[in-house]
Amino acid sequence: MNKKHGFFKTFSVSIIWLWLGIFALVPIALIFLTSFLTKDTNNIVEFIPTFKNYLEVFNHGYLKILLQSIYIATICTILCLIIGYPFAFTIARSKSKYKPLLLLLVIIPFWTSSLIRTYAIMAILKAKGILNTALLAIGIIHQPLQILYSDTAVLIGCVYDLLPFMILPLYANIEKLNHEYIEAAKDLGANWLTIFIKVIIPLTMPGIIAGSVLVFLPAMTMFYIPVLLGGAKNLLIGNLIEYQFLTTSNWPLGTAISVVITLLMGIFILIYWHNSKEKDRESLA
Amino acid sequence: MSKFIRNFYTSCVYIFLYLPIAVVIIFSFNNAKHSLVWQGFTLKWYAVLFHDTALLQVAWNSLALAILAASIATAIGTLISVSLFRYRFFGKKILHALIFILILTPEIVMAISLLLLYSFLKIPLGFWTLLLAHTALCIPFVAVTIYSRITTLDTAIFEAALDLGANDLTIFHKIILPLLFPAIVSGWLLSFILSLDDVIISYFVSGPTFNILPLKIYSMVRLGVKPEVNALCTLMLLFTLFAVIASYQSIFKKKLK
Repeated sequence: MNKKHGFFKTFSVSIIWLWLGIFALVPIALIFLTSFLTKDTNNIVEFIPTFKNYLEVFNHGYLKILLQSIYIATICTILCLIIGYPFAFTIARSKSKYKPLLLLLVIIPFWTSSLIRTYAIMAILKAKGILNTALLAIGIIHQPLQILYSDTAVLIGCVYDLLPFMILPLYANIEKLNHEYIEAAKDLGANWLTIFIKVIIPLTMPGIIAGSVLVFLPAMTMFYIPVLLGGAKNLLIGNLIEYQFLTTSNWPLGTAISVVITLLMGIFILIYWHNSKEKDRESLA
Repeated sequence: MSKFIRNFYTSCVYIFLYLPIAVVIIFSFNNAKHSLVWQGFTLKWYAVLFHDTALLQVAWNSLALAILAASIATAIGTLISVSLFRYRFFGKKILHALIFILILTPEIVMAISLLLLYSFLKIPLGFWTLLLAHTALCIPFVAVTIYSRITTLDTAIFEAALDLGANDLTIFHKIILPLLFPAIVSGWLLSFILSLDDVIISYFVSGPTFNILPLKIYSMVRLGVKPEVNALCTLMLLFTLFAVIASYQSIFKKKLK
């Protein structure tokens, strides 16, 4: 086998491992290593092994930020599911000649810069922004709503940014839904609600899980959305990591937080892995 | 009636998705410095933008970085997917899993892992650290894009070529590259846009010597909204929109043939 392929195979495989070794495996190992070292004011880290960083993650009020991140990410995932499911269902049931266009319209915003779109949401939600101006003009409200720099604003930005990640796997799943099951259920006298709960939801469960994981993971580590829309007081775990690295220079603590959230996310990634087929994972990009 | 409700609902979601984009574009033509009220059409923010040489320099930096990172990532990503498809080698399953994990790894974790690597190797932050980081970010996405295409190829072609005496290098450039060309193009484009838009990784691994557009926009947005930012963002949006539509068109045309 080896002889037949010869030089080209050796060349490709060496390049691949060299690259992944230096830019994936070594950096991951460095994170893990640093999380067990001691902070040093002059040299960033001192080679004194310790568990202190992990104790600090769970003791220091950082736990509250972690829980807050999980809370925001969960609400965001649920909102995306509630908005995205009927939407994906409608596209999947529309005339097949419109489908590529309808899908393309979902994909386009997700290819454009999410930073710029977040900035646009700022302009909409500001005290003197478009939303307030419009609502005041119609007369629905008499005082401008203070939405920007709140959890609500972070949630709006998060849902807006991640909605396509929910819609696309749901669509892929709902499109494959066999209509005969629904017909059969109808013939057997099931009403609309029963069909939805007993037939449609179980059959589209892989899409629901895939979409939820793809929304939940990035939502957990949002970085500029909380800064721009949440203001200084609504920081999440991503901002905490940044703060440890770039402001207080406490790299060991920053890496310990990263290890904790990566392990936490590993659980969700495993759920996803067990629920998806290889083909679905390939369509991730 | 239910059809009306469905159409109304989908329209609302589309409006939600496109309203912010429309807002940026409309206000880039608004003749007012601070007010969000429409004060008439103007192109002056674009003029301000094109006279800002520092900003143009940053835009060129970003463009050059994205082209280089996308090209290197596409080359390595292609090798990865071809090797995964054709060869048995040490750690193949690990490689497969690793690519999947790298795609789902939070960007901020990837960012600090690279920052650690650079500080460990004592590489000063600047152009090279950004280029390597962006390449590392893009490779898994390219590999996945091309791999999903390569698995649809018929392996009999390779056997026929081997029987006729072609070596692997010949097979690679005479058979694999032409057949995979559309996938390679979309992999490159995806990388290009990932690199052009990346804030998080760039934020950690960039130095004072080499600034790029996403970071520039981030600092402008944080310091307060200037009308030029709208103009800059509009140009960026139109640029990516154009690239995406062009690539989709070429893919759709291929399918029709």
